[in-house]
Amino acid sequence: MIEFTLWDIVRNLLLAARWTIVLSLIAFIGGASLGLLFTVLRLSGNRLLKVMIGIYVDVFQGTPLLMQLFLAYFGTAALGFNVSAWAAASIALTLFTSAFLCDIWRGCLEAVPRGQWHASRVLGMDYLQTMRHVILPQALRLSVPPTVGFSVQVIKGTALASVIGFVELTKAGTMLNNATFAPFTIFALVALIYFALCYPLSRYSRYLERRLYDAGMR
Amino acid sequence: MTLVCVKDLHKSFGDLEVLKGVDLDVAPGEVVAIIGRSGSGKSTLLRCLNQLEQHDGGDIEIAGQRLDADAMAPSDLSRNVGMVFQSFNLFPHKTVGENVMLAPVVVRGVDKLEAARVAREVLDKVGMLEKFDAYPAQLSGGQQQRVAIARALAMKPKVLLCDEVTSALDPELVGEVLRVLEALAEEGMTLILVTHEMKFAHDVADRVVFMHHGRIHEQGDPKTLFNHPSTPELKQFISAVL
Repeated sequence: MIEFTLWDIVRNLLLAARWTIVLSLIAFIGGASLGLLFTVLRLSGNRLLKVMIGIYVDVFQGTPLLMQLFLAYFGTAALGFNVSAWAAASIALTLFTSAFLCDIWRGCLEAVPRGQWHASRVLGMDYLQTMRHVILPQALRLSVPPTVGFSVQVIKGTALASVIGFVELTKAGTMLNNATFAPFTIFALVALIYFALCYPLSRYSRYLERRLYDAGMR
Repeated sequence: MTLVCVKDLHKSFGDLEVLKGVDLDVAPGEVVAIIGRSGSGKSTLLRCLNQLEQHDGGDIEIAGQRLDADAMAPSDLSRNVGMVFQSFNLFPHKTVGENVMLAPVVVRGVDKLEAARVAREVLDKVGMLEKFDAYPAQLSGGQQQRVAIARALAMKPKVLLCDEVTSALDPELVGEVLRVLEALAEEGMTLILVTHEMKFAHDVADRVVFMHHGRIHEQGDPKTLFNHPSTPELKQFISAVL
């Protein structure tokens, strides 16, 4: 049996953490793009689209991410598509992220007081002018803290991709554990790396929230 | 000659009939104060005049333009009517100057220099010129409301609607806003105000309209109305608020 030094373990975990970061970025960028598209479609005024996006959001918010990953991986395989763990994890996490961001952003748009719409209306602005000059700038500022905050959930969510065989930080941890039988050391290190990724984002989110508060937006 | 002509105005919210046939004519330059208990329909009447609420029946004509929200763009609706709200509703992400300039630039296509000139002019009128670059959050309630008045004036409305514009203010800030309105009235601006400031209604209004249960119950010049109310409902209302 091969001996692993502590450095070997740390090095392997850090290498695997790259894939956690890449998967998080894919999920976040893909999810944000899709979420933005859904947010716009929801606002378009088409009732059918609105209902369908509502159902989409409810389904992804109301089911465990793990089941979504299983369906994306094993479900598609059962349907005859051969999807790699990479693709399945990317798709499931992107859809998951888009549903949550779409809902967060809807909340931000609705958080802009009704009086802003009324004031714009009596000044003669139409829907698009009001959106562009009055509502969106305020909603955008409101949305930054919860959006950054949610990115932490995405990073932690990528850990579940380990169960479909995607080798990221958590999967690398279990593999190293099988080889070294030093679970405490290894999983403590894994947790520490996640913390190092998430904590700065949490702090940043809190900082943004405070700055927003100071600007008198709430 | 009338500027605002309301005929048999009806408005319901579900089963609740809030306006049950209101007739009101307002002459150019006239200052009309609408008083009455909460729920009497005075704010709804005001909101119908700028089509924030669409009326169910009757007619509204302002400066010869018949109001019909289905057939008109917001820019048409706003041409003659300005409004100031109880809760100011300034745009918090824009400076005082930007608040005033936004609608003339976006809706009327006025160029920025001209819009800035008009903004300075109306802000000077309400005594807020030195706060041109401040944000609303940095201002007191009274100052915010004066900016809101300037913002409405920048669109050069023929009639200005004021919906309980001092109700959200601390008592010591009410005066500065009322003085601005008084100055506007003296300049000949047509004002329709829903107000709880009876002294202001008494001193400044040309006519006081008492609304009760969705109808105009009694109206007349303020001296007569306040000193010799002819209906028991108005008597009761006046003794309750004074």
